[in-house]
Amino acid sequence: MSELAVNSEKTRENHPLGEYLRTDRFPHIWCSGCGLGIVLSAFIRSLLNCGLALDKVAVVSGIGCTGRAAGYLKLDSFHTTHGRAIPFATGLKLANPELEVIVFSGDGDLAAIGGNHLIHAGRRNIDMTVLCVNNFTYGMTGGQFGPTTPSAARSTTSRAGNVENPFNMVGLAAASGAIYVARWTTAQVRQLERSTTEALQRKGFSFVEIISPCPTYYGRMNRQPTGLDQMRYYRANTVVKHFASPHEVGVALGGQIVTGKFIDTERPYLPHPQEGHDGA
Amino acid sequence: MTTDRAHLEGEFFMSGDEACAEGAISAGCRFFAGYPITPATEIAERMSDRLPEVGGTYIQMEDELASMAAVLGASWGGVKAMTATSGPGFSLMMENIGLGLMMETPCVVANVQRAGPSTGLPTLVAQGDMMQARWGSHGHYSIIALSPSSPQEVYDHAIKAFNLSERFRLPVLVMTDGAVGHMYEKVVIQPRDKVHIVPRRKPKVPPGEYRPYEPDADLVPPMANSGEGYRFHVTGLTHDERGYPAMDAEAQDKLIRRLVEKVEKYSEEIIEMEEDGIDGAGVVICAYGITARVSLIAMERARSEGISVGMLRLVTVWPFPQKRIAEIARQVKAFVVPEINYGQISLEVERSAGGAAKTILVPHMGGAVHDPQVILEAIRQAAK
Ligand SMILES: Cc1ncc(C[n+]2csc(CCOP(=O)(O)OP(=O)(O)O)c2C)c(N)n1
Ligand code: SF4
Ligand SMILES: [Mg+2]
Repeated sequence: MSELAVNSEKTRENHPLGEYLRTDRFPHIWCSGCGLGIVLSAFIRSLLNCGLALDKVAVVSGIGCTGRAAGYLKLDSFHTTHGRAIPFATGLKLANPELEVIVFSGDGDLAAIGGNHLIHAGRRNIDMTVLCVNNFTYGMTGGQFGPTTPSAARSTTSRAGNVENPFNMVGLAAASGAIYVARWTTAQVRQLERSTTEALQRKGFSFVEIISPCPTYYGRMNRQPTGLDQMRYYRANTVVKHFASPHEVGVALGGQIVTGKFIDTERPYLPHPQEGHDGA
Repeated sequence: MTTDRAHLEGEFFMSGDEACAEGAISAGCRFFAGYPITPATEIAERMSDRLPEVGGTYIQMEDELASMAAVLGASWGGVKAMTATSGPGFSLMMENIGLGLMMETPCVVANVQRAGPSTGLPTLVAQGDMMQARWGSHGHYSIIALSPSSPQEVYDHAIKAFNLSERFRLPVLVMTDGAVGHMYEKVVIQPRDKVHIVPRRKPKVPPGEYRPYEPDADLVPPMANSGEGYRFHVTGLTHDERGYPAMDAEAQDKLIRRLVEKVEKYSEEIIEMEEDGIDGAGVVICAYGITARVSLIAMERARSEGISVGMLRLVTVWPFPQKRIAEIARQVKAFVVPEINYGQISLEVERSAGGAAKTILVPHMGGAVHDPQVILEAIRQAAK
């Protein structure tokens, strides 16, 4: 047996969250040093913190490295089309308001091809939680620049540096009408877990951005060739500023990363609470 | 007349679009996601009025990409779901129609065809999306598409489409058109107990043993809805019976063969057509939708001239009734195929006839229905 196979056999038996994972699909496809494993386990712990009935939890992903998350969760899970996780999840939630619906997808999926759906879901304040893993690149297709790639950052389609301006995801979510908006890095696992727990508990459109290493592409092309390099960078350059204006916390190449909970509010949401569902 | 809002029994004066919405509601549709587009908008409008009355959900999405995605999500949420659109929106729906085929998601898409390509003639009739209905999403698959030619038939087809979608687990297309959609006629809605409804085929095994894509003997797998405790995974990637991605040619072969064969093997059960005076005819008109009605005038005129002409009206367009056409081809001189495009279904007729009879296309570029005289002229030529 290869080392990998032996390891995955062990993981299957010993993984502390193995009960909630499709360990029969291990080894997973993610690179070593990728931040996605950290995000996935933080998410599972948040779900458990909420004490939700797991039979009523549905996870919807789009396409990308992050989009594979749905497939590793032992929950109702949907791996849909690139960019369309949010509208798919919208249909699912409206059809069965008892479901706790989570969209787990990448920055490209949610902000580029699916950007229109993101802002409209925020406008409707549809009751779901979006976990946006921002690795500043299209990981799955080999590290091209995307809508969150900082200006001047290198990618396989911007070898001389990105000439475009990036979206600030939390500003976009806030402007669209999200009632809960937070940003963390994978080096802040506890905060991420707590924040995701809150996001899951809120009624309405909750958005958590998770800045996460992609050593294989973004890191390697921007002088942080390992996951550890990227984590060290986060450690050294992250500040927490709760309720800072989400519009003033853009992430620049080599700059500070402002994290925290930026918005936590209430407003009417969809589906409208009805008797028998939310009891309101 | 009843007061049952979930099934309006009685006689009504309705447009094809309104009938589409009513048929869907009779079929148990409780979710509509759409984006306004002429000449399909009246379906959305009627659904926005009617669904709240019956405990359903109307949502207007930001575009047709989202509409189709939401319909799939709703179906997995356990609710019968549909959308309605016309050419430009139909184009935008294609990728997620493919997802619906791959995930085997029952749902209904009505396309009230208008003239294209592009924005084309927004308010005016065409039948130019018939091949798009067949092949519009990428990859190889089989599909079911119906072609109603009156408001009554739109009502009936909406029910039939939902039944077929649940029976075979796939998106079913109702390919109506701007003329039928906007035409007002009598629509009779039978009592509820006369309307046959196919329920979703549910898993017979407990959650631990459920494999989402393990088919029954008829190649169709039972379907768990989200929230029922099965904790399943489904994907648009090629997958195995567990629903897990399986990235090799073998898995692709197994899956795609089944997706195609679950429809093709039962094509006799699916295909519906109407025949008039085919036995002994020298010429047969093969038509569908609004064009079949226009062709009736041409047929009557031809018959009054002593030409022996019959009619094969396609009610189901996909899967295509190739067997029946091959049979007829051996008995007749020619098929006359009028359609509001520059030759789509005529190609299938020609292929099915296999050279045993001529196929004469009577094209119309769209924006109006045929002048029956043009069809008559083709019949005369064919009879020579
Ligand atoms: C319609 C469509 N266009 C393009 C692709 C190719 N594609 C797959 S994943 C991806 C980018 C994913 O980027 P992101 O959402 O940031 O996820 P990551 O891989 O970085 O986690 C692209 C462009 C696709 N699958 N579908
Ligand atoms: S390519 Fe990047 S995002 Fe994708 S698995 Fe590898 S490290 Fe993670
Ligand atoms: Mg990315």
